[in-house]
Amino acid sequence: MSNLIILPIIFPFIIGAVLVFFAKKSRAQRIISGVSVLAMVGLTAYLAIMAYQQDTVILEAGDWAAPYGITLVLDNLAALMLLITSILGAACLFFAFGTISEKRERYYFYPFYFFLLVGVNGSFLTGDIFNLFVFFEVMLLSSYVLIVNGGTKYQLRESFKYVILNIFGSALFVMAVAWIYSITGTLNFAHLSERVAQLEQPGILTVVGVMFFIVFAAKGALFPLYFWLPRSYFGPPAALAALFGGLLTKVGIYAIIRVFTLIFYHEPLFTHKGLIVTVAGFTMLFGVLGAVSQYDFKRILSYHIISQVGYMVMGLGIFTPLAVAGAIYYIVHHMFVKTALFLLAGATEKITGTTNIKEMGGLIKSHPVLTWSFFIAAISLAGIPPLSGFFSKFPIILGGFQEGQWVISAVALLVGLLTLLSMMKIFGYVFWGENKLTDRQYSTSVTNLLIPIAPLVAFSVILGLAAEPIFTYSLHIAEQILEPSNYVDAVLKE
Amino acid sequence: MIKEPNDMMFRVFIRLIAVIVVTFSIYLFFSGHNAPGGGFIGGLMSAIAILVIYLVFGIDRIKAALPFNYTYMMSIGLLLAIATGIISWIAGYPYLKQFFDYFQLPFFGEVELTTALIFDLGVYLLVVGAAMTFILTIVEDDS
Repeated sequence: MSNLIILPIIFPFIIGAVLVFFAKKSRAQRIISGVSVLAMVGLTAYLAIMAYQQDTVILEAGDWAAPYGITLVLDNLAALMLLITSILGAACLFFAFGTISEKRERYYFYPFYFFLLVGVNGSFLTGDIFNLFVFFEVMLLSSYVLIVNGGTKYQLRESFKYVILNIFGSALFVMAVAWIYSITGTLNFAHLSERVAQLEQPGILTVVGVMFFIVFAAKGALFPLYFWLPRSYFGPPAALAALFGGLLTKVGIYAIIRVFTLIFYHEPLFTHKGLIVTVAGFTMLFGVLGAVSQYDFKRILSYHIISQVGYMVMGLGIFTPLAVAGAIYYIVHHMFVKTALFLLAGATEKITGTTNIKEMGGLIKSHPVLTWSFFIAAISLAGIPPLSGFFSKFPIILGGFQEGQWVISAVALLVGLLTLLSMMKIFGYVFWGENKLTDRQYSTSVTNLLIPIAPLVAFSVILGLAAEPIFTYSLHIAEQILEPSNYVDAVLKE
Repeated sequence: MIKEPNDMMFRVFIRLIAVIVVTFSIYLFFSGHNAPGGGFIGGLMSAIAILVIYLVFGIDRIKAALPFNYTYMMSIGLLLAIATGIISWIAGYPYLKQFFDYFQLPFFGEVELTTALIFDLGVYLLVVGAAMTFILTIVEDDS
């Protein structure tokens, strides 16, 4: 038991509530929130070390023993996700300082930013499926506010669709929760795992599992439920688009990984190697095709989120320690690189005032640092060797070949190629080509915006160069989550 | 403004009803966490009392009688609820552990006082604050 593991939930909660008092004071909000996100990074780094040393740390809130009370569980996977979340949260917040308009700041941008982090952190830490729903809702409600914050016509239209889809997804989620409760009589993850194992996962439980998959697939933007993503991520300012793109879909993916390694792992031939792999293949392919056909900076990146989410679930679907480790590595890589790319798109937009790549050109002369940061992040995304993208795709595809999943592995390779193509398209239009900038745009400085991006790009390089220890760590996590008894024993103390 | 409406019955009875509703909401609030009730339902009930007063007397009277910043009220409620959990942390127990004891109070006799009551008070403030913010926002939109 350690009370520390509730801090990632209550700390941003307190800060969010305190920031409400300073809603009209821009400067005070910036100081408080800036210091707080940095403290979050320190805290989650400490928790990650703690989880690594003790494997699984639990907290029974209110001293009610599991499976009756609310349990929070910090295992290595959760700790890793928390750490990345707070790093991305810090980077996007500091980027927001330089780009967000005063009007948005006054309408509770910062409080809801922190409430969003509460929801995300809670989803990673929770030890029962109902509180997963609750924290999903905390996250989604904050994201509704943030996505519509600013109130432009486009935002209002698209966020309406976003809200409707998510409310529908949440309704399905509650139904699935009720269903699994009526079958097993429990909601605690560990207890569920034990009982589903005792029942040997009959057909009805597989159906419930698929229902959970649909719910999380809608949040994680998997085929065919991804259509909302490119549109709704296009509207809000770059700092938010980056945070959403890097973070929110990954919460859905985390939930899929958690549920399908801990609870519904008894029928891998149908759920993992059948359903999940098929969906992963279509998600990758359609996502990247969307990206290739677009000529808008943010939309291309949004479609890439979809295609890359496919890799992660593909790793889970292949369901060997190697492939799952690859999927975890890929999540880490993707969260850093994707957020960096979105922020770079925001910086480019600040210079050129547009996101249409056909209207840009020649930034390599005027803004070389921006250009090369983008270049590193882009080829990392495409999977060029010394960078993190390669080392995270490699184990997934290798795992696919080892398991004889030829089709999906071939699709994954093809998608990598198309990713490179669309990244080069951006590079060719935006950074090469003749100079289309006016003199004022030419001399616009974005150095203050590049400072929060630099650590993310650096992480991408480090993740690639230090692939060996990081992959060992991913493998350690994968082995831990593929052995559900670790989790069950820690929570139920058997 | 339209002519003064002829709603004498309404005006007289609402004074009575509002008192009953507020009393009941306080009862619900205190009966909470072991019996049906608690901060959420108590808060909603109080908000309803304020709402019926608004229906009869208009928004200006409410603003004059209850001149609070309801946004801040929400935030104070959240902080109170969180603080309850931190009390048990400082005492060295898991987060949100409840403490209770029985006290002899004048007039009320023996009562059970718990730290969960502070949590409930936080929820109460949050719900009243949120409900009032909704109402005020919609009303101000109208005028």
